[in-house]
Amino acid sequence: MSTVKLTVNGKAVSVDVEDRTLLVHLLRENLNLTGTHVGCDTSQCGACVVHVDGRAVKSCTMLAGQAAGSNVTTIEGLAKGDELHPMQAAFRDNHGLQCGYCTPGMIMSAVDIVHRHHSQGSGGKLDEETVRHELEGNICRCTGYHNIVKAVLDAAGRMKVAQAAE
Amino acid sequence: MGVEGIGARVVRKEDRRFITGQGRYVDDVKMVGMSYAHFIRSPHAHAKVKGINSTEAMKMPGVIAVLTGQQIVDDKVGNLICGWAITSKDGSPMKMGAWPAMAPETVRFVGQAVAVVIAETKNQAKDAAEAVVVDYEELPAVADVRAAIKSGAPQLHPEAPGNIVYDWHIGDEAAVGDAFSKAANVVTLELTNNRLVPNAMEPRAAVAHYDQAEEHYTLYTTSQNPHVARLVLSAFYNIAPEHKLRVIAPDVGGGFGSKIYIYPEEMVALWASKKVNRPVKWTGDRSEAFLTDAHGRDHVSKAEMAFDKDNKILGLRVKTHANFGAYMSLFSSAVPTYLYATLLSGQYVIPAIYAEVIGVYTNTTPVDAYRGAGRPEASYLLERMMETAARQLKVDPTELRKKNFINQFPYQTPVIMAYDIGDFHASIDAAMKAIDYAGFAARKAKAKADGKLRGIGVSCYIEACGIAPSKAVGSLGAGVGLWESAEIRVNPVGTIEVLPGSHSHGQGHETTFCQIIAERLGVPISQVSIVHGDTDKVQFGMGTYGSRSIAVGGAAIVKAMEKVEAKAKKIAAHALEASESDIVIENGEFKVTGTDKAIALPMVALAAYTAHNLPDGMEPGLKETAFYDPTNFTFPAGAYICELEVDPGTGKTSFVNFVAADDFGRLINPMIVEGQVHGGLAQGIGQALLEGAVYDDTGQLVTASFMDYTMPRADDLPSFQLSHTTTLCPGNPLGVKGCGEAGAIGASAAVINAITDAIGNNKLEMPATPDRVWHAIHG
Repeated sequence: MSTVKLTVNGKAVSVDVEDRTLLVHLLRENLNLTGTHVGCDTSQCGACVVHVDGRAVKSCTMLAGQAAGSNVTTIEGLAKGDELHPMQAAFRDNHGLQCGYCTPGMIMSAVDIVHRHHSQGSGGKLDEETVRHELEGNICRCTGYHNIVKAVLDAAGRMKVAQAAE
Repeated sequence: MGVEGIGARVVRKEDRRFITGQGRYVDDVKMVGMSYAHFIRSPHAHAKVKGINSTEAMKMPGVIAVLTGQQIVDDKVGNLICGWAITSKDGSPMKMGAWPAMAPETVRFVGQAVAVVIAETKNQAKDAAEAVVVDYEELPAVADVRAAIKSGAPQLHPEAPGNIVYDWHIGDEAAVGDAFSKAANVVTLELTNNRLVPNAMEPRAAVAHYDQAEEHYTLYTTSQNPHVARLVLSAFYNIAPEHKLRVIAPDVGGGFGSKIYIYPEEMVALWASKKVNRPVKWTGDRSEAFLTDAHGRDHVSKAEMAFDKDNKILGLRVKTHANFGAYMSLFSSAVPTYLYATLLSGQYVIPAIYAEVIGVYTNTTPVDAYRGAGRPEASYLLERMMETAARQLKVDPTELRKKNFINQFPYQTPVIMAYDIGDFHASIDAAMKAIDYAGFAARKAKAKADGKLRGIGVSCYIEACGIAPSKAVGSLGAGVGLWESAEIRVNPVGTIEVLPGSHSHGQGHETTFCQIIAERLGVPISQVSIVHGDTDKVQFGMGTYGSRSIAVGGAAIVKAMEKVEAKAKKIAAHALEASESDIVIENGEFKVTGTDKAIALPMVALAAYTAHNLPDGMEPGLKETAFYDPTNFTFPAGAYICELEVDPGTGKTSFVNFVAADDFGRLINPMIVEGQVHGGLAQGIGQALLEGAVYDDTGQLVTASFMDYTMPRADDLPSFQLSHTTTLCPGNPLGVKGCGEAGAIGASAAVINAITDAIGNNKLEMPATPDRVWHAIHG
């Protein structure tokens, strides 16, 4: 057993876990943050994506101990109170989800995609091909990705506007 | 009526919890004192279980129990059932082997459970499972359907000699023989419909709790039909009588058919919760999903079609071998028979049809309904046949289809189905216009100049949904009725709860069903909520599958609403001192037509519950129920056209365009309908290009993870161009047909027809991987 100290959704936490515990299990089992899901055993599906120090990470691929000292954001920490993150709003408005199981990981990956492209100075103009390529690590069985791609492109525009306003 | 009624693109009410991480799935459920189950599964496809030694495992930390198949048999837990009896040609009933929840003596597929470890933590259960020693005596195995029916093949069940479950037929063999004897041309086709793994993103899970004082069980489970689960667990598996068993399916993360069935793991969790007197949780991992969720498709077929000199179809003869896997799953027997061969008329006038279906056991995971269930297999066969015929007869494939389309409705096919309505010309014309079919030849020529092989492929599907008229399916062997129920509760403050018997696993029922209420009463959908997925709350329900929730369940909601409205009108008329026949409902008010007299719904509801001033003899309250049994299936139909390019150097396919023109009757929420089509198309395209469950000769599933089984990803698929044509279904009060499976039914043939058009070679099986396409081009 080890004690892992980290910050999750802005809150400092200290958790005693077995050394073999994965970050996703620390979040789900110890912190009851069940929005982060497990969809496979092979780091393929992306249902477990969270942000670790601002970068999208498959939390089934990281030991909890490796996240010690990190700043972790999960789907539960993305909205500002009642105000949805533009990516969350875009998924709802574009019907980018059906059963909702892949959605948290999909949204966390998508936020990271848009952030990276904005910071690379591409002017927030992600195109469909780039979004499809970047979403390769997140599997959805319901939507055929059509509306997910629309949602990400929509959110990229909204996030650019929000960024400019700040 | 109103901006949130029928036809409105309302964003989904359920989305807020899913996008904020507050969805509640079975694995999110925790109980005080909860223990964890881990199954010990056979690594062999066929073996005798000679002994199970759990002595060392029981000494390991946190282990509560190791339970075996023999114990579950000793406790008289029932074997798994198949709920649809099929009779062979010779009049004999289908031949089924026994399927205990955990194998006491013989395992027949890789992944079949033989024992379960219950421990304090999941990791402790997994660790202890490693220490359980199972002594297997390996037996010869067979995975391929063609190999399984050869003489000398390994035999799975003594009850089914030759591994044959049934040898069934439908149609008129003599009439087909006559048709072929008169034919000017005969087209033949042999094809395989590849085995698929459903892979809902949420793995199956169960949390079972036994209340010793009340002798009552609660099961949280990943189910498309919690009442059916309770019925089967109670009546057939002897877990508990129905009034002592509550089944709750909370948010369900996709199903596609795979969560219809009541699997061994849920049975064992319930049984074990009493054995150890602790709540028991089991959550499958993805490997377990690959090995134990019922697979789909897996047909090998030979078909022949006869044409007259004018290219009119005279007859169709089909022989199909269907692979059932090692055991008969709940609805497996109906899939390659009444859900498949009854759709072999497609959109065409085919005067004579004869189909034979041989159901076969193999040492593989059981096969059952997966999105479309039999109808994709029928559609794929028929639409590849039409394309093959057009090429052989040297006519345009759209012209050949149009020449043979059914134009008069109702239309009785030679294989049971009576199509109520449709307009097949409208959908193919819409699809051809959308893809600029006329301009294809020029595009193909241009692509050729660029070194690419361009192809176009058409698929005109029809399916039977709205499953199903109970009397009809009963006469065909179904063990259940397939009606649906609904309850409407108008609360004293005028808010409304709808309790449908269906259960959403992604379809958006919490929005669509509210729109039906909004349409009828003119209230905002925020005043309506849906309560579903809990046998203690909902009166009864047959569940969600076969695109039935709106066509059957929606109709039940309408029937219950009619009763609510009739009573509310009586109350309103009494309060307004008007005639009941003069009362109309508008914008949430009951009005006396032609006057300004009105009473709002909340006041009517309050009057119903205070009961101070009700019409004489009226019962208090405003709550009604309905059970709706459809009179016929519904028949969604449409045309899909795929245009793509093949790189002859690599065999890789790239989409140029994919258009869909569907007729689903009336659309309640077009946004949700489009989403259903997108998802169905992805699964149909996945089958055509990417997906395939592969077994080796020893019965090992080679494709048992997302590393090995190619799930469609965002960059494998195009954006889709959708449109709708509409003929309203005359058989139900909403005029709806259902839309959940269409994409998966129609898409595969369009893709393969496009590739075979591009490469000029019809010898291509699904999935059409670059390797297969390259070999088809280069030999």
